[in-house]
Amino acid sequence: MFAKLSAGVAMICLLSASALAQGAGKPTDPQIAHIAYTAGQLDIEAAKQALEKSKNKEVREFAQDMVRDHTEVNKQALALVKKLNVTPQDNDTSRGLTKQAAAKRDELAKLNGTAFDKAYVASEVAYHKTVNGALESTLIPSANNAQLKDLLQTGLKIFQGHQQHAEHVAADLK
Amino acid sequence: MTLRRNSLPVLVVISGLLSVSARAETIQVTIDKLVFAPAEVNAKIGDTIEWVNKDSLLHNAKATNGDWTVNLPPKQNGQVVLKKAGTIDYSCTFHPNMKGRIIVAPAS
Repeated sequence: MFAKLSAGVAMICLLSASALAQGAGKPTDPQIAHIAYTAGQLDIEAAKQALEKSKNKEVREFAQDMVRDHTEVNKQALALVKKLNVTPQDNDTSRGLTKQAAAKRDELAKLNGTAFDKAYVASEVAYHKTVNGALESTLIPSANNAQLKDLLQTGLKIFQGHQQHAEHVAADLK
Repeated sequence: MTLRRNSLPVLVVISGLLSVSARAETIQVTIDKLVFAPAEVNAKIGDTIEWVNKDSLLHNAKATNGDWTVNLPPKQNGQVVLKKAGTIDYSCTFHPNMKGRIIVAPAS
């Protein structure tokens, strides 16, 4: 079980690393905006699946927190791109993240009860780690617009908070 | 008639309460972009800590010792009155990377 999970995590890291590398060079602001927005939407979808399947109070509360926070951040992101007159641009990284999330959703759909709860929370820890890594190493340094950079930096703090929150929930599920 | 006779002690009690609360201070801690500022405050028993949440996100302040949790909805304030001396560490349960500390001195 653990080996399977670790392999899954390693796979996600590899895929995102290669997805980020595929862009060859720095992503542009419209691409960065698209990646950040997509990352939030995917986490909302994962949380919605958890709300449909889980009966665990702590897991459900965590999922509700994810829906609430990511909805708010994406609302701000949309307001910003509108203000800056930027059209978010689909790209390999966004597509890679979306593909991985779909695979994870299918995998989680087969699980129930505690097995689902543990796998969902472990996936949330891994997902936030991956996104935080991308924000720190690529997205924030590549962002040209100061307001976009600022929003990404706040987003990073939120995501880091979510990662720690997910780690607490994972520890409680053990 | 009875009402009037009773009103004096009531007034005395009220002014007594007011003078006590006048000595106690309200210390503000701002939350901006997931940071408690100042991160550490010095207070005394009877003081009120007031968090001003400038974020559009729901936060809270939960004392590590379990004494209190103050809910802090987006763009709203929340308060707690300090009743015990000592160092209280607190954090936001939604974003555990948000941490703060209150050092409460005994009332002078």
